[in-house]
Amino acid sequence: MLDDTLRQRIDQEVGSNDVVLFMKGTPVFPQCGFSAAVVQVLSHLGVKFKGINVLEDPSIRDGIKEYSAWPTIPQLYVKGEFVGGCDIVREMFETGELTEMLSTRGVDARPAA
Amino acid sequence: MAMDAGEIEQLIKAALPDARITIEDLRGDGDHYACHVVSAAFSGKNRVQQHQMVYKALQGRMGTELHALALQTATPD
Repeated sequence: MLDDTLRQRIDQEVGSNDVVLFMKGTPVFPQCGFSAAVVQVLSHLGVKFKGINVLEDPSIRDGIKEYSAWPTIPQLYVKGEFVGGCDIVREMFETGELTEMLSTRGVDARPAA
Repeated sequence: MAMDAGEIEQLIKAALPDARITIEDLRGDGDHYACHVVSAAFSGKNRVQQHQMVYKALQGRMGTELHALALQTATPD
């Protein structure tokens, strides 16, 4: 259930950090292949991001799915806006759209090699 | 937890009747699929919205019964 308190907490996280990844595990130790794949893309682009481990907080784990109307983890947010899960991030990375979107929104990223 | 590829296809077809759907069972375990959906209904929508339409068609099974569905969506060209 996504109550007001939880919604505000999520708003606060995605509002106060340029790039936020809701994931299983931590950026250093991802505990799911899909989360690891997104971490890898962001690291490759040299993007600073905040990882939020949903395994440590069941209310966030459920709440974030309702917040974005998206049923799975990981979920990437840039400048407060939901970008997508693993498939979309990977696809956008491969086409170069991710780098473009990051730079349009003023987030530092190296162009993909 | 597993789901039959035919069931996934049926659910998507029910919501997006024009969809051309390709489903691949990645590990042969009925639990990890790659799915490619082409439908005119996606036109004018961004990727997040397109994927949300497919998830909606799956009626809550994604993330519960269905663990992994690598999704790619496109409009017919």
